[in-house]
Amino acid sequence: MKDIFNKYEKKDENILGLLEDIQTEFNYLSEENIRKVAEAFGVPLSRIFGISTFYKSFSLTPKGKHIIWVCSGTACHVRGAPKISDRLTQLLGIEPGGTTPDNQFTLETVNCLGACALGPLVVIDGKYHGKMSVDKIEKLLQDYK
Amino acid sequence: MHKINIDGQTVEVEPHRQSSTEKTILEVAKSAGIYIPTLCYHPALEPYGACRLCLVEITKPEWKEWSKLVVSCAYHVENNLIVKTSSEKVIKARKFILELLLARVPESDVIQKLANQYGITKTRFSSSLNPEPPTLNCILCGLCVRVCDEIIGENAICFAYRGANREVMAPFNKPSEVCLTCGACAFVCPMGAIKIEDIVDIRKISISKTEASLVRCKNCGVTFTALPVSEKVKKKFQTLQELLELCQKCRRKKTIEKLSYGPMAIRNI
Ligand code: SF4
Ligand code: FES
Ligand code: FES
Repeated sequence: MKDIFNKYEKKDENILGLLEDIQTEFNYLSEENIRKVAEAFGVPLSRIFGISTFYKSFSLTPKGKHIIWVCSGTACHVRGAPKISDRLTQLLGIEPGGTTPDNQFTLETVNCLGACALGPLVVIDGKYHGKMSVDKIEKLLQDYK
Repeated sequence: MHKINIDGQTVEVEPHRQSSTEKTILEVAKSAGIYIPTLCYHPALEPYGACRLCLVEITKPEWKEWSKLVVSCAYHVENNLIVKTSSEKVIKARKFILELLLARVPESDVIQKLANQYGITKTRFSSSLNPEPPTLNCILCGLCVRVCDEIIGENAICFAYRGANREVMAPFNKPSEVCLTCGACAFVCPMGAIKIEDIVDIRKISISKTEASLVRCKNCGVTFTALPVSEKVKKKFQTLQELLELCQKCRRKKTIEKLSYGPMAIRNI
């Protein structure tokens, strides 16, 4: 934590970078860390809270060890993305946006990831899995369990 | 002098060196006695341009018939500007905005009244995300957030989340630790969305969820302000300590008393 903090000069334009680093390091922005950022930068807490809730890439609750994105962009949508996210909801017992109780998986739907030709697209921990199907996703999930 | 034409009336405006410090169309219209409806504007705060209700149509002689809609609260005037505050184009756009506002806060009498003035009684749009207490009828104009920042300087509340989920709240949606319970937010809110409750010796502000004790007048015993406000003001005006212990009425009495002792006494106020 110290290291991340010292990496940045305490200038407003660095707030976002620091928050991103904290998100990557801890998988979420804790209340404690949001308070620390506000204090370190001498910026009102309300402002850091506002930024933390504005960007979708930040989360105020801990995310799972594996993060699953189901692309719900137009191309993936028409190729059956909703079925895949429904199947994942079934398999994991969580709605998009949720995290499994054992903190293993977070399920999210995202907008077009720019690889429409591969649709429907699922990304797990940054790795792209194209031409997904309801059957394939079940097998794929096993690899991460 | 700038010559501005508003609704056919020529208004002269003192030019400024920078365009950003020029008067806004709204200010000029006001001084000319022309009414433009607003929701997110307050003269004590920086323009924000959130509600879009104040839009007007502008053009210039050299634009050859071309015109555009701008928000009058944030658009700075320039020489030869021609402004129409209620052209067909303006009314059409304003009606649309009112319909959107009506969809967001269908229960609000402020919006209903405004909409009725433009002949609108129902909206084509529906919203499943109408604001609920403690921000019932909030239209996200941001006046409360801005007054707490720009005037009070406490930044107790902010906009949280985005898009349809945007909401005004204190950090973590918990009682704000810096809110003075001054009530400036409730004062500027055009929607009456913020509640101040004074119950016996406690003041509660709905939006910040903060509670504070009320201060009683040293002389007559009525509650007249909240403790954090009193402390902040006392710190700022060190020389007025004694008067700041009193309610507004007793304060006035005290001042008059001192004045009546003659010129020497004035110095001690
Ligand atoms: S609570 Fe009132 S002042 Fe604050 S954003 Fe909503 S409508 Fe505007
Ligand atoms: S729509 Fe899924 S990658 Fe473009
Ligand atoms: S008053 Fe101008 S945009 Fe709200």
